[in-house]
This record gives sequence, C-alpha cells and structure tokens, in this order.
Amino acid sequence: MSASVLHHPSASPASAGGGPLLRFEQLGKVYPTPAGPYPVLENISFTVNQGEFVCVIGHSGCGKSTLLNMVSGFAKPTSGQVLLNGRPIEKPGPDRMVVFQGYALLPWMTAYENVYLGVDSVKPKLPEHEKREIAMEHLEMVGLTAAAEKKITQISGGMKQRVAIARALAIRPEVLILDEPFGALDAITKEELQEELLSIWNTQKCTVLMITHDIDEALFLADRLVMMTNGPAAGIGEILSIDFIRPRSREDIMEDPRYYELRNQALDFLYNRFAHDEDEKA
Amino acid sequence: MTTSSAPTTSRGDRTPPTGLALWWKNNRKLIVPPILGIGGFLLFWQLSASLGLTKLAGPLSLFTEERTRELLFYPFFDRGGLDKGLFLHSMSSLSRVALGYTLAAIVGIAAGIAVGLNKGLDRAFDPLFQFLRMVAPLAWVPIALVLFQNNQPAAIFVIFIISIWPILINTAEGVRQIPQDYRNVALVLQMSSGRFFTKVLIPSALLYIFTGLRISIGLAWLAIIAAEIVMPGTPGIGFFIWDAYQNSYVSDIVLGVVWIGAIGLILDRLMAWLQQRISPGQ
Repeated sequence: MSASVLHHPSASPASAGGGPLLRFEQLGKVYPTPAGPYPVLENISFTVNQGEFVCVIGHSGCGKSTLLNMVSGFAKPTSGQVLLNGRPIEKPGPDRMVVFQGYALLPWMTAYENVYLGVDSVKPKLPEHEKREIAMEHLEMVGLTAAAEKKITQISGGMKQRVAIARALAIRPEVLILDEPFGALDAITKEELQEELLSIWNTQKCTVLMITHDIDEALFLADRLVMMTNGPAAGIGEILSIDFIRPRSREDIMEDPRYYELRNQALDFLYNRFAHDEDEKA
Repeated sequence: MTTSSAPTTSRGDRTPPTGLALWWKNNRKLIVPPILGIGGFLLFWQLSASLGLTKLAGPLSLFTEERTRELLFYPFFDRGGLDKGLFLHSMSSLSRVALGYTLAAIVGIAAGIAVGLNKGLDRAFDPLFQFLRMVAPLAWVPIALVLFQNNQPAAIFVIFIISIWPILINTAEGVRQIPQDYRNVALVLQMSSGRFFTKVLIPSALLYIFTGLRISIGLAWLAIIAAEIVMPGTPGIGFFIWDAYQNSYVSDIVLGVVWIGAIGLILDRLMAWLQQRISPGQ
C-alpha cells in the first residue's frame, strides 16, 4: 500500500464511532496517607465514544491505573463520577472487562478452561455447547487453538496475554480495559499482539481503554491518545487525535508525515513540558 | 555418571561398570551412610544394654525374649479383650486417629476459610487459636475426660483438638494468600460465591491446606499415644505400651515404640505423596 491511500477522501476518519459511551465528569481521586490526603487525580473530564480506541499515556505515578480502576469499578472516585451509558459506575462488572497487567489467569486450569470460566460465569444460562463454542472461537481469534488444552504454567508470556485477551473478549464487554498489556513482552511478540488486538477490535468494534508507556504503540493502535500531566493532582494535559485510516498497517503509518508530527508532539509533552522528575535527574 | 570413565580407561585394565555394579556405584552414597548411622546406633544401644549401663533392653531383646519375639512375628492374633497382636492394637489407634483427624480436617478447613476471608473474624479469634495450639496433648486429656466422662470420645477429642490448629491456620493463610488478581477476576466476572469457592479459592489455597494436613497427621498420631497411655482399658498401641510398662516387659515397650515410629513415618509419607499428587500445577 502506498501512502496516498491514507489520504483517500472516501475513507472514513478513524475516530468516527457511535455516540458517547463513557463519560468522565470532573473526576478526582484522593488517597489518605499518613502524611495527610494525597490527591492523585483532579478534574478529569472527557468522553469516550462507542467503538473508540483510546490510549492513556503518562509518567509512572500519574494515576493512569487509578483512572482505569475507577472505570473498572475497583476504585471509587472521591469527587465527580464516571458514567457508562449515562449510569454511574459503582462496582466491577463484565460490561467493563479488564485485561490485567499480570494476566491474572488461573494457573491450575488450561487456556480453554480459563476462557470458558469467564463465559460460564457471565452467561451461566447459555446452553453448554454454545459456551464451549464461544470459548473456542475466541481462542482461535488469538491463534491459540493448538494450545487450548495446555496449562497456563506451560505457555509463554505472549500466549498468556493472548489467553487473557481471549477471556476478556469472549464475554463481549462494552469496554475493554487494558493496563499496559504488552509491557512485559519482547518486541516481536509485542508487535504481533498489537496487530492481533487491532484486527480483533476491527471485527468486534468494542470500545477500548488502554494504558501504555509506548508512544509508537499508542500511535499505531489508538484513535485518541490521552496524555496525563504529572501527579500529584494529575489531570489530562492534552488529547491527540490520531486519524490514520483503518485498517492500519505499520508501514503505511510510518510513511505518513503526520506520524512524526504526532510523535514529536507526544515526546515534547512527555519529555519537555511534563518531564518526570526522575527522568530529569537520570 | 561418566565422570570416572577417563581415569578408568587410562589405567586400561577396567571396563566401565554395568548392571548391578553400576547401580551400586550410583546409589552407594545414599545407602551406605544410613546403614552405618542406624547400625552404629543399634550397636551402641545393644552394648550399653549388654554391659548393664542401662536397664533398657537392647534391640536384640526383640528376638531373644520369647514373649516379644512372638509379638514381633505374630501381629495379627486376637485372644479377645485386650490380648491382641500389635497390628490390631495399631488399627484400633489408627481408627481413632482417622475419626479425630477427619473431624479436625472438616472443621479446620471450614473455620480456616472463614477466618481467611473475614478480617474481623481473624482478629477476633487468631489470639485464641495461637494460644490453644500451644497446649500440649497431655494437658488436653483431663479436660477431655471431664468434658466427655468416657475414654473413647475423650481420646478422639484429644486427637481433634491437637490436629485442628495447623489445618486451620494454614488454610486461613492459604486463603489470605490468594492473589488479589484472582479476586479481581472473580469480581469483574461477578462470579457467584459458590463458583469462586470451587474454581478459585480451593484450588488456590490447596497447597497450604495440604501443608496443614501433613503437619497435623503427625501431631494426631503423637496425640493418640499420649491419650491412650493416660486412658488405659481400650485396645490401642498406646495402651499396649503402658500395659507392658506396668508388667515390666521392657522389650515389649521397645517393640511398641518401633511400631509407633514406623506407622508415624508411613502416615507422613502417605500425606507427602498425596500432596504431590493433588497439587502439581503450581
């Protein structure tokens, strides 16, 4: 594909999704500490549309995980609220499935059993054969049909992450939440998984909220990149719109001059305007 | 091992060992020291008995004393009442252990899970558990006799109360050690408590539970001897030893102790084997 395809007028802009799905309203989180209350996040307001892929980037300690935890329901906001389809989020639920940083697969089960347990827990009333089909179908989606009967302890980190993604997608969440999903993987596995995630997202059209440390990953995957300022009291510094057409290919994006503009913008934000203290010292 | 092949061939007059010789070569380091150690101990014991340094009969008395030799070679006889072979005495003791230990396992695992899941319960009862587990088996005997007014249930109670603590404390620890990630998965999937129990809690805590069960089987066996010695009149290996002591059959005491040690060892090995069989994938 040539770069010109990217600018084809009939191609729909990537960020075009459905209506608003997830709304952050004046969201704030304060943690009590022995040294007094510590504000992690302050005044976060933005909206994620149905079917949108949003990445969140920021230095460690800026409250990215806290932000996601308030979407998944593991943490409660101190002020403001997060609304899903207009309803405030109160507790964890399968409509906001999480792909955990450490995979969080049950090691005494096989890959298949892990995915099946998810389906079976969320939709216990489905007929047995349908639940099995859903589990196998999603394992196939991440290319794990052959390893379905392997114990989690017998498979590699990349395969574990695939199982975790299959488990998350199999329950058809409205929002898929990923907390630095590819951070622990080697470069090649990481690129493979990014591409798989993207192709699955293209077919399932679920909404994705993903934390990352990697600007290139965000530029390849996301419709929008939320860049957080440093804590305490971190907020949204800037939101980049990444409107490369979809489906994307790495090569095409790399040839697009906008890629470098966006990349420089993000780098400038992270390493000049909001350089981390520790990074400066280093 | 091939480490010695070079020097052997350099001498040129010896071929590498095969068959039995090879087996002996590989295993002699495991076989010779225990034989020397145990043999040396028995020899020292026999000598000090023969020289009259102690009133305790030497190991040879198991064969030289006619009454003891009969007990040694005929463990299955039953002349009614308390006049039985050692195997039958041991089985009586073991059946009591089985009853008390099973009760301890059921109550211990259930209470351990409750305490492990509930911080309030844990704080309320942990000091009590820590205190009670330090009470020696013999100290429980009078309490048991007062409580039950009858030797049989009292003996079972002593087994129960001695073997419950390691099971309870280890189970509670195993439940507390369930990784937060697994709990979070259960929360997101909104697993029913029954499903969480069978699919997450029990498999996750199994290793700890078995550690407790293994420690307890040893304690239960120790306790039954103590209980039977103090509560004579019922068949059992503890009673047998006490009876032998009353009649000054010193070599019978020695034989009884050999049985106790051997059974304790077998019970421990059995639990170790079960532990390995049941919890491999972790």
